[in-house]
Amino acid sequence: MSTDKVMTVEEIVGTLESGMTIGIGGWGSRRKPMALVRALHRSSLKDLTIVSYGGADVGLLCAAGKVRKVVAPFVTLDSVPLEPHFRAARQSGAIEFVEYDEGMFMFGLLAAAHRLPFLPTRAGLGSDVTRINPDLRTVRSPYEDGEELLAVPALTLDAALIHMDRADTRGNGQYLGPDPYMDDLFAKAASRCYVSCERLVAPGELDGPPQTLLVSRMHTAGVVETPNGGHFTDCGPDRARDEAFQRHYATSAADPQAWAEFTERFLSGDEAAYQEAVRRWHEEQEGKAR
Amino acid sequence: MSATRAEICVVACAEAWRGDGEILAAAMGTCSILGARLARLTFEPGLLTTDGGAMLTAEPVPFGAPSGPVEGWMPFRDHLWLVQNGRRHVMMGASQIDRYGNTNISVVGDWARPKSQLLGVRGAPGNTICNPTSYWIPKHSTRVFVPKVDMVSGVGYDRAAELGPEASRFHGLRRVVTDLGVFDFGTPDGAMRLVSTHPGVTAEQVAAATGFDLVIDGDVPETRQPTDEELRLIREVLDPRSLRDREVRA
Repeated sequence: MSTDKVMTVEEIVGTLESGMTIGIGGWGSRRKPMALVRALHRSSLKDLTIVSYGGADVGLLCAAGKVRKVVAPFVTLDSVPLEPHFRAARQSGAIEFVEYDEGMFMFGLLAAAHRLPFLPTRAGLGSDVTRINPDLRTVRSPYEDGEELLAVPALTLDAALIHMDRADTRGNGQYLGPDPYMDDLFAKAASRCYVSCERLVAPGELDGPPQTLLVSRMHTAGVVETPNGGHFTDCGPDRARDEAFQRHYATSAADPQAWAEFTERFLSGDEAAYQEAVRRWHEEQEGKAR
Repeated sequence: MSATRAEICVVACAEAWRGDGEILAAAMGTCSILGARLARLTFEPGLLTTDGGAMLTAEPVPFGAPSGPVEGWMPFRDHLWLVQNGRRHVMMGASQIDRYGNTNISVVGDWARPKSQLLGVRGAPGNTICNPTSYWIPKHSTRVFVPKVDMVSGVGYDRAAELGPEASRFHGLRRVVTDLGVFDFGTPDGAMRLVSTHPGVTAEQVAAATGFDLVIDGDVPETRQPTDEELRLIREVLDPRSLRDREVRA
């Protein structure tokens, strides 16, 4: 069998279907698979359930009307605390929201990754997370202590999308930044995981300490090289967050007219067109600053 | 040397970690982060502090500075495990807080169709039920100190009591620091109590900025002044760019 799993972003999005539950890796505005998210944005998919430590991935997909339900402990751009599109979607009632504590969310991914129906935790008890999620159940310890704990259901995913600093053509993924986030859990919690990467290398050519090899090809269905594909989120040692562009995104997202212009300029073409439009935008800003 | 209000706040935040020993001081907000690092540099040297990211720094670093030498690594997954493990005292922010210390960072208005969507609960439910928790609130007002929070993100004393002694045995709200004063929950039913007012602030001012009945026992002392050494560390080492003044105006 061929172990070459190299695909295009269009091919990857072509395997997804409306109504699916899709997990997206990264955390807030950090190492998000934005090239894949942008491809989702221009696809015909709809009614998606998005499971994410949310950032602009959630925002963009909400703005494009792709989302039926969001499962998240937060949606933030980090240096810009509130995500304008997500706020608008919540405040207009356009989406359903399953709001979990950050630790509960991780336990949900861990359960799914290990084929368990749930995992117990104290996180969430006593808070309104149990009020707004009336389907949540508790479980009593079968041992002497008899403690009652929250049973976080498995966050099983139809597909996961993650962005790695490096990957090989077989789909092994490597991170080189300070935090793996939960990307390996997303990969294992999903029926199939797609990996985008800053740079694609041949098998055996992933340099660096072995503990940076986060995602194994046994969990990867497809891999694609997307240079600067995490833009504008923070991407490991290669690329810091594009704060100026993120501010431009957030400002535009807060105003319908400005957002129409942003969409026309940056999101009406393919990934190459996006990268070129961003390059020109930065040139303009530098021109203005001079 | 005379201290600014922001510097009073940094020291009041630092005091929250006094006596905690060798645990992670997790902090959110400028004065809170500076407070954790100041406590470690002075009276609580066993504390562990981060660079604001995944690194446990070998020494407390200036606000916003790169980590420099590190003594440990705490990516988000390990941070969330540490919440369960318990060797951590977190000082969070809150958009709303009530008499029993229930806090909200999730939404303003009805959760089902919010008037204003905020961050989401983040780690507040787990933090409060698993770890000692304090709060740093830079702008004390009746908008924040409300009779009832719109969504309980962080668990207060009345909710913890409802859970029973078993499930709430790791719950504990230590103190609330604001730009006006310091508060705790050292009352029979866990209601919020005024511990001290910052220099230049009266108990009446604090009560007027609070949207619920605050417990005020007799004469309320003044929050302590920073020592000269603390002021030097804040001004010259931890926050030479005076970012604290953006959070609490002089």
